Amino acid sequence: MNIKLLGAFAAVALLAACAKPAATGVSTGAGATAMTSGPAPGSEEDLVANVGDRVFYGYNQSSISGESSTTLDHQGAWLGKYPQIAVLVAGNCDQRGTEQYNLGLGQRRADAARDYLVSKGVDGSRIQTISYGKDRPVAQGDDEQSYQQNRNAITSVQGHNPQEGTGASS
Amino acid sequence: MTDTNETAFAEETARGLVLPGTIRRVTRRGMIGTTMAATLALPALAQNAAPAAGGPTAVIDVSRARTAPIPIAIPAFGGGTDAGDLVGVISNDLNRSGLFRIVDGSGVANASGGTPDFGVWKGTGAQALVTGTVTQSGSQLRVEFRLWDVLPGTQLQGTAYTTTTSNWRRIAHIIADVIYQRLLGEKGYFDTRIAYISTTGPRNNPTKRLAIMDQDGANNRFLTDGSWTALGPRFSPTRDQLAFISYIGHAVRVYVFDLGSGTRRLVGNFRTMTFAPRFSPDGNSIIMSLYQNGGSSIVTCSLSGGNVQQLTSSGAIDSSPCYSPDGSQIVFESDRGGDQQLYVMSASGGGARRISFGSGRYGDPVWSPRGDLIAFTRLGSTFGIGVMAPDGSGERILSESFDVESPTFCPNGRVLMFQRGGGGGSQLVTIDITGFNEQVLRTSTSASDPAWSPLLS
Repeated sequence: MNIKLLGAFAAVALLAACAKPAATGVSTGAGATAMTSGPAPGSEEDLVANVGDRVFYGYNQSSISGESSTTLDHQGAWLGKYPQIAVLVAGNCDQRGTEQYNLGLGQRRADAARDYLVSKGVDGSRIQTISYGKDRPVAQGDDEQSYQQNRNAITSVQGHNPQEGTGASS
Repeated sequence: MTDTNETAFAEETARGLVLPGTIRRVTRRGMIGTTMAATLALPALAQNAAPAAGGPTAVIDVSRARTAPIPIAIPAFGGGTDAGDLVGVISNDLNRSGLFRIVDGSGVANASGGTPDFGVWKGTGAQALVTGTVTQSGSQLRVEFRLWDVLPGTQLQGTAYTTTTSNWRRIAHIIADVIYQRLLGEKGYFDTRIAYISTTGPRNNPTKRLAIMDQDGANNRFLTDGSWTALGPRFSPTRDQLAFISYIGHAVRVYVFDLGSGTRRLVGNFRTMTFAPRFSPDGNSIIMSLYQNGGSSIVTCSLSGGNVQQLTSSGAIDSSPCYSPDGSQIVFESDRGGDQQLYVMSASGGGARRISFGSGRYGDPVWSPRGDLIAFTRLGSTFGIGVMAPDGSGERILSESFDVESPTFCPNGRVLMFQRGGGGGSQLVTIDITGFNEQVLRTSTSASDPAWSPLLS
């Protein structure tokens, strides 16, 4: 790869971006795509990268924290911007509970996030919820840091659930 | 040798001395063909020592056997077929119970067809002796076995079983149950199966399949293909069915799986999550949790989903309901008091009272088939499997680990099985309800959510 050439492409792209800021997603060359196009607006990737797809809960808790409400506010605004999108909110738990109890607790967490979004004006019919209990931990460790990440509600665009692999959704 | 026994059997039948219930079908849950049993008469020399018809002749009780396992010899059966290692299966069943000690009888001449040389057997230290012959005719297997009380030199039991050859393991388990019952005075639990959840694949996106195997781990088979997560199977007490949780259609609901047909059916038509199912003692209805408005209620409905009754409405997570064996009471868990604890209420739903008061949270309550104990999972700094009386007294923790949960009783209430290990891979473990004889049951995959079936025969 010619480094000088790549630099030249990047400079051109930058100029193009300044001139036409709305032209995102138009590929202008190898180096330019990354500069001008993020995830497609209204996509699962957009939700994850630019909005925040998950909120976290305290141990054995399902109440929405201040930080979580900020994230959910962003999700609510995003859903307002893309009214055609339906989402799945999946509640998850850390390992420190029985499987059966955590099914209920995970559903509580999903419901708490859903109810918050509805309170911000999102039509409840656009939001499906599910509980995975403690069966799909996003962090693999057996430590407090992992537990914190695993006590969550994850919002995803319908059909793009990051917790459902191909094998589990066929 | 077989001819000798056949002759004796025929003579006894002619004289009307055969024990009651001599011929019976033993596959009420008919998944695996027909098995016939016939009581064998005594060989001529031992006839005078025949036990009273139908009378139990327990040699010792379970409490004594826990501290002093019964020494029993089970030399190779005669007959010379290669149908299967029946003696190995019987020995393994008895040995795993912790109540028997297998005595090596390999040095003693085979006496499978006639009256054993009790003098020689006394010398081995064996208190009980099992002899047998196996004969094969086409696809049919005939197994004759006799159980002997070595010290007085008497026959305690003589029975012949006929079945299809592929069924040989069930014959072995049935024989082990007969030995258990004759020597300990209560029914065994070896002719049973375990339903469980088999887990494979990555931890953050596991494949969880409903599976079933014999209680010793043999004859494993998968009942679902893993397309959808399956959780928490429970056996019907009366039919060849399992209740379980599935994520079919991205919705968490209770289903009933029919083992005979291999089909599943949604239980009820609920708009929200249903989970933690169990059958009623008569097998005609399901009790389970129904998620509603930030909590879950305990509901019952018929297998077809009709006649829905809501038994609790606390607004808390009321879950994991389990009937007492007589059907009069229900134990369940609830966080109505702030954290997860055990409660007992009447079967109609009233009068819930808390029974767990130790340190930590409590879940997974299950009532012993004997009625005298409730097993549970306790969550403190570690997880523990324990038992307490139905009034909450006498709490004992039997096993503790980073993650142990999901206790299930064997049919006679003497042994618990549970899962140990977390998301990184779990295994099934059995333990005597007094807390001794903890043993791992080997499975081909990570295994969780065990459910012990009723006796098959």
